[in-house]
Amino acid sequence: MQNTRPPEDTAAPAYPMTRACPYQMPVGYEELRERGPLTKVTLYDGRQVWLVTGNEVGRALFPDPRLSSDVLHPGFPFLAPRIAAQTQQRAAPPLVGVDDPQHGRQRRMVIPGFGIRRVAALRPEIERIAEGLVDEMLHRGSPAELLSQYALPLPSAVICALLGVPFEDRGYFDERSRHVLSSSGEGEAEQARKAFTEILAYLYDLIAKKEKEPGDGLIDELIAHQLAEGSVDHQELAMICSLLLVSGHETTSNMIALGTVTLLEHPDQLALLRADESLLPGAVEELMRFTSIGDVLMRVAAEDIEVAGHTIRAGDGVAMSTMLMNRDPRAWEDPDSFDVRRSAGRHVAFGYGIHQCIGQNLARAEMEIAFRTLFRRIPGLRVPVRSDELPLNAPYVLQGVAELPVEW
Amino acid sequence: MGVSVATDRCIGAALCAMTAPEVFTQDDDGVGQLLPGGSERAGDPSVKEAARACPVQAIILHG
Ligand code: HEM
Ligand code: SF4
Repeated sequence: MQNTRPPEDTAAPAYPMTRACPYQMPVGYEELRERGPLTKVTLYDGRQVWLVTGNEVGRALFPDPRLSSDVLHPGFPFLAPRIAAQTQQRAAPPLVGVDDPQHGRQRRMVIPGFGIRRVAALRPEIERIAEGLVDEMLHRGSPAELLSQYALPLPSAVICALLGVPFEDRGYFDERSRHVLSSSGEGEAEQARKAFTEILAYLYDLIAKKEKEPGDGLIDELIAHQLAEGSVDHQELAMICSLLLVSGHETTSNMIALGTVTLLEHPDQLALLRADESLLPGAVEELMRFTSIGDVLMRVAAEDIEVAGHTIRAGDGVAMSTMLMNRDPRAWEDPDSFDVRRSAGRHVAFGYGIHQCIGQNLARAEMEIAFRTLFRRIPGLRVPVRSDELPLNAPYVLQGVAELPVEW
Repeated sequence: MGVSVATDRCIGAALCAMTAPEVFTQDDDGVGQLLPGGSERAGDPSVKEAARACPVQAIILHG
């Protein structure tokens, strides 16, 4: 708790900030961006932390081993009391919440499951799932709620197939994983904690069941190799599988829903895509850059770091704003405009450094297929309300719409 | 001019194989790997781009 100043101090404005439009920067970002690549903000508890806004500085800091992701570090900063409370209750989450060498050991275990050939082999299955969901939506008829009828069940079915979670158990997670990652508001901290505990318990049981009756998912491979060889125990394996299951759900579903809104509100860009589907992979990168749904990634400095003319002291909190880095005018021309033809490849919307998203290539395939299938099959799709009237997630969780009514 | 992959550092993001598929691939463990003859193309612009894309700077350009 160093450098505490009153929250009304304009030199370090209150953070995180709330988006008015689900895909545009919050109003206060304009000013933050003008202050240079590294600035200061004040968190809910009055603590001041560094805010990284520049693309180059961010790309230098993300891979720096002196910046720690260890949520159990006493100086680790939290964006909201609910996240602080959730973390104090249990051990650090695997992968995202630990540093090397523990991180490297866990990451090595799971990367074979997310390789490019694996993802390519899953594409036909993803296409089948998307087509099936659209069939069902068309059958039930307009209007529909896109998040629960399409954007959420798609990644849910895909990650369950990849992990080897039985199809009939899917509904169980759809609800619970939403509570873990995106819930906000009154009483929902407790709900999030309960949901995570239930998912963990379920996976613990599933692993025991699969030890007796092996199947053909990533969990089965991890049991056959890592668990059998003793490089992981039941508890750690269940934690890793829970993390994969939860992160595979919410992130991608938020992107499918918010991406749909963004495309529908930029009809000229959508028309380009409809005319030439080869633009789709680039459009997905641009959607990732433009919406930056995992905006704020937290770190704590484990040692002093000299950067951009400042010294980040050991113990200081550091907030990495992927949205500001992705809208840095020094990295992109006209960064606040949505342009599916630009080369958005250097965005940090999947993070950067050792924690960069392990599911990124799976997510890319899911998004491409989800948008292509949806706009091909329901060409008259529209959202009956303006995007700034849609209910949004809280600023300290994954960004996105909490509901998406559609008609055709 | 040469290129190599620091496999001990690789986190399997596969950005190298996506950016320069004629030079890099992934081995069965999901780790970045040079394709046969890949190092001869070390001067290609796509290899430079891959080195920039790699989140852990595991694509090493020599010379
Ligand atoms: C469009 C969808 C997605 C977005 C926007 C996204 C975003 C991110 C970001 C920003 C990080 C870095 C976190 C940090 O540095 O602190 C991350 C890490 C991670 N993501 Fe994703 N992700 C997506 C899809 C997925 C999918 C489909 C999976 C599948 C299991 C997944 C699993 C993970 C895991 C396990 C990590 C932690 C990796 C580590 O710490 O080594 N993500 N993701
Ligand atoms: S881009 Fe870097 S981290 Fe990713 S697979 Fe290639 S070498 Fe490994």
